[in-house]
Amino acid sequence: MRLTLTVNGIERTCDVHPLARLLDVLRRDLSLPGTKEGCGEGECGACSVFVDGKLVNSCLVPAMQVAGRDIQTIEGVAPSAELLDRVQEAFLRHGGAQCGICTPGMILAAKALLAEHPQPTMAQVREGLGGNLCRCTGYTKIFESVIAAAALPAIPPSAQPSALEEAKR
Amino acid sequence: MSHNLSDFVAQSVQTLPEALRLLAEPADPSLGPWRPLAGGTDLMVTLAAGTLPAGRYVDIWPLDELRGITVTDQAIELGALTTYTEIRQHAQLMTEFPLLGLAAKETGAIAIQNRGTIGGNIANASPAADTPPALLAYDAELELTSLSGVRTVAYSQFHSGYKQMDRRPGELITKVRLRRPPSDAPGRTVHYYRKVGTRAAQAISKVCLAAFARIDGARLLNIRLGLGSVAPTPLRCTRTESVLLSGPLDEALIRRAEATLAYECSPIDDVRSTSAYRRRVTLNLLRELLQQCRSDRRE
Amino acid sequence: MKQPHELREASVIGTSPPRKEGVAKVTGKAVYIDDLPVAGALYGVTVRSRVARGHLRGITYHPGVPWEDFHVVTAADIPGENTIALLEKDQPCLADQRINHPEEAVVLLAHPDRELCERARRLCELHIEPLPTVFDLDESLDGEVRVWGDDNILKQFSIDKGNVAEALATAPIIVEGDYATGAQEQLYIEPQGMVALASPKHGITVWGSLQCPYYVHKALATLFGFPKERVRIIQCETGGGFGGKEEYPSMLAAHAALLAWKARRPVKMIYDRHEDMLATTKRHPSRTRIRSGHDESGKLLALDIDFRLDGGAYMTLSPVVLSRGGLHASGPYHCDHVRIRARAAATNHPPHGAFRGFGAPQSVFAIERHLDKVAAQLGIDGAELRRRNFLAPGQTMATGQVVRDEIDLPELLDRALTMSDYARKRTEFARLNAESASRGTPIRKGIGLASFMHGAGFTGSGERYLASVVAVDATPQGTVRIRASSTEIGQGKDTVFTQIAQDVLGLPSHMIEVVRPDTAEVPDSGPTVASRTVMVVGKLVQSACQELRRKLSEGGLLGESYTPTEFASACDIFHQLGGVLRVESQYQQPTGIEWDDKTYKGDAYATYAWAVYVAEVTVDLTTYETRVDRFWALQDAGKIIHPVMAAGQIEGGVAQGIGFALYEKVVWKEGRMQNAQMTNYIMPTSLDVPDILVEFDDRATRLGTPAAHGPRGAKGIGELPLDGSAPAVASAVQHATGVLCGAVPMTPEDLMQALEAAR
Repeated sequence: MRLTLTVNGIERTCDVHPLARLLDVLRRDLSLPGTKEGCGEGECGACSVFVDGKLVNSCLVPAMQVAGRDIQTIEGVAPSAELLDRVQEAFLRHGGAQCGICTPGMILAAKALLAEHPQPTMAQVREGLGGNLCRCTGYTKIFESVIAAAALPAIPPSAQPSALEEAKR
Repeated sequence: MSHNLSDFVAQSVQTLPEALRLLAEPADPSLGPWRPLAGGTDLMVTLAAGTLPAGRYVDIWPLDELRGITVTDQAIELGALTTYTEIRQHAQLMTEFPLLGLAAKETGAIAIQNRGTIGGNIANASPAADTPPALLAYDAELELTSLSGVRTVAYSQFHSGYKQMDRRPGELITKVRLRRPPSDAPGRTVHYYRKVGTRAAQAISKVCLAAFARIDGARLLNIRLGLGSVAPTPLRCTRTESVLLSGPLDEALIRRAEATLAYECSPIDDVRSTSAYRRRVTLNLLRELLQQCRSDRRE
Repeated sequence: MKQPHELREASVIGTSPPRKEGVAKVTGKAVYIDDLPVAGALYGVTVRSRVARGHLRGITYHPGVPWEDFHVVTAADIPGENTIALLEKDQPCLADQRINHPEEAVVLLAHPDRELCERARRLCELHIEPLPTVFDLDESLDGEVRVWGDDNILKQFSIDKGNVAEALATAPIIVEGDYATGAQEQLYIEPQGMVALASPKHGITVWGSLQCPYYVHKALATLFGFPKERVRIIQCETGGGFGGKEEYPSMLAAHAALLAWKARRPVKMIYDRHEDMLATTKRHPSRTRIRSGHDESGKLLALDIDFRLDGGAYMTLSPVVLSRGGLHASGPYHCDHVRIRARAAATNHPPHGAFRGFGAPQSVFAIERHLDKVAAQLGIDGAELRRRNFLAPGQTMATGQVVRDEIDLPELLDRALTMSDYARKRTEFARLNAESASRGTPIRKGIGLASFMHGAGFTGSGERYLASVVAVDATPQGTVRIRASSTEIGQGKDTVFTQIAQDVLGLPSHMIEVVRPDTAEVPDSGPTVASRTVMVVGKLVQSACQELRRKLSEGGLLGESYTPTEFASACDIFHQLGGVLRVESQYQQPTGIEWDDKTYKGDAYATYAWAVYVAEVTVDLTTYETRVDRFWALQDAGKIIHPVMAAGQIEGGVAQGIGFALYEKVVWKEGRMQNAQMTNYIMPTSLDVPDILVEFDDRATRLGTPAAHGPRGAKGIGELPLDGSAPAVASAVQHATGVLCGAVPMTPEDLMQALEAAR
């Protein structure tokens, strides 16, 4: 099928099988490899992205269900090439990323969590990240990062595609 | 990645009649009948694992008429495409039928809850699914729709064997109905849900018990037990219920109920747990539930 | 050499700058192997034996795919030796006649269409005539079915101190116990993957997710019969390793390279999670039998330990894993009479291999559980029993090594007990549990501990044989480039090496570049394993930077103190004068370290990290589930260079240790893993991991005598938390339930069984 969707604010089109995984559409067809595959069965959360603002496992979303939808991936999280989102900033400062492979999905899960609970309790942080497995950190530094991010001012997401995104393409 | 997409045909529909027309088409000699695809949280896993049967899939995700929770005087009705997140966010549903909310909260994690649907959870027919025990405890009804009309089935009668169900060719699960009890129904109510999973999130259940009970003094007026992961289908434990309704809720009755439940369930050994564990914990959960019923009495 | 005063004051050692590659990781720009765009690449897949042991009699390529479009590789296509060269050459790269485990690679297929590759894999049938198998470690040691060598024994040794037989004969109290640990999957979130390029002119180049570039390099040079310069290995960003990407990447790189060689096109091989879990190495399952002799106070008079590992079908690293396990088997305790008999046996499981801790988590679990058994039998608190037996400086370990570390274990224990409020909880929980038992309510609480140490760097003479090299050079612009084969796998190597260089050179972080490991660009600084990167390689980074600085100041280009701009202009002038600003530093074994590989006597490790961990648990007897409520991890690992990352190492290790203790069970059937999915192999989620309180002590630096072996007194830290976490959790479960908990993982199913057996 001819698939048209918006990714990180830019309309994109590609030819894919209707059951192709959104994960593969992003990584292979649209050359956005920031979204990672850890398990391919919706268990690890490394492939988390936003579809119309909702956190999903992109390995479980068929292409046909995102026609015309608005997707945000890790590549679209930073407001510009020079700036980081507060969650990215906090992960950087507080040791929230180690090997980095779960980080893109974890950051999106953290953003979803903060959208729902702007000042989350530890229990809310744990639950909000329950679908994102990390083997390096034991989660502690990730929790600290999310709590720290909540204390930083949220930078309004840029309506324009970020320079970073432009650079990637 | 062991799937071959070329073996699959898939089509989106925009209206229910369109979906029903496809589902009513005779089976294609090589590709079989059309099968519904909703949020994909089960189906896409099997597709990636190479275990999804090749064939034709109709994407019903765009059907907004199957979304939403409606409250009437008699019932709360959930469209089949209602997600776990929507269930968790519905205050009245959470108050009147809290077990469904607890089940939704224990299903996968946020990203799964945003996509997984109540209809999909039923149609996937896994004995380990999280919402069926709650649906059994509330004696839910299913509405199935086909080109020839709408049919209502008691959920407790829906599953007939492992991955077997009373869904006729051309039918689609369109609604789940929970009957609201009359406000003057006698007795205190107990809602009990406990999923014993392999871990605290992203877990598949090893045993799951949901129960709804009405108690008056020392007697249960009504009890419905829904069990997951201990039989080829989600299990409504009617024999145990009968025993529990047969007399005052004392230790002797609890023991008889335990003996009955041990007989009524038929757990197996698999990679997640053992038959012995599942049977023992099933009985422990029953005892925990009944103790809650008794301690409520004492209040 | 003398450090300028102002630079020392400004030292970044002990601070926590953001990780060097952090921005790339949080923005999704970091390039992992599956992210690498490769024009015209073929996909490669592996056809595996699926039978645990047998003779390969033939291969049928069934119709259903255009076979003529596939590149097919079997053992016959291997240009050099059909082996994955490591310690011994017993493991073939592709099985030829003999099958020894069910995931043995036999045929490799490559095609541009990934889906077609999968279809072809299913259409390639292997005809294997089965042979008798062995899956049980002790059955293998019985030797009735021989599956490896003459006696199935991959390696054995014994450590002897004093006279154990005599001491056991006269000890007033004897305690015996059997302990076991299961296989554990590393479960890095990035599955293994490689991209290979091959040409007759340039040889082989491989990019991949890996820990040890020069291991892969050696394996490929042997496989192709190439001189070293015709093989080049480049590390991509690596999504976790934990030992799982120590030896297996050589196998996968070999497969990708063989396909690329045959096809003359680039080949990409990326395992999906299922294949990764089935085929790659796991932690060696272990069994340990301990007999110990004590006086009435609990003092250890004799310790007789029989330590056994299941090595799987081939040797891989089993001898070294066994060594580390054996050398940690008697724990941080003093005993005059010790015998440690260690054996690794072959079975028809896929080869077991390196996993963080490398044998020590297995043997430390056994000795720590045994001490709790002794404590229960003697009616002494476990903490007190340990205190009475701790090693002290000047005393000797089982190998005769004299403890020279500045360490005070009773003091470390006291701090851990205070942090965790151990004594009060111990009493309080016992009282609560007794009450719950009498009331018939299901909740039990427990608190328990483990004390342990972990040797930093390679075992015995390992570092001397490796003779690691680090190179440092500086560009005319003043950028200092650190060249080492040590890999960044999330542990923070790039950042810590930068800090070490900054500490010597007084430069800002952006003037230090840590060169990506590429065998064409970096010397062999050894593998990224054994908690050696900071201590051993970091020390070489430090000395190379010192040498670089000396070079500049000797020529008068640099004064005692300088600004970054002055440093840059000094480099510029040096280059203009035609000088080569490149220095190398090679490992020299410190004097006073003696080790005998044959007798297992002497200094097994240059130094150790020491620790006491405490776990608090709740056990619910309705479901037999154990929840770790809180965890305290106190350790002395010398100077901590980057406190945030160091704590991150401990927290991550504790979480893996909790998984090892309670959740992570490999279900085997005929040598195959039955639960090779993340859904069914249960690693802890954010809701399963407790609050973990990490503290570091550095007694040596406190006393003004920093440990000598690492930069600024640093020691190794990476593996340490795996050793003590599981026994601390098990100890708490014992406190809560009375069940000894001598085997892990202790799943709810196992705990139920144990409780029913105890009834």
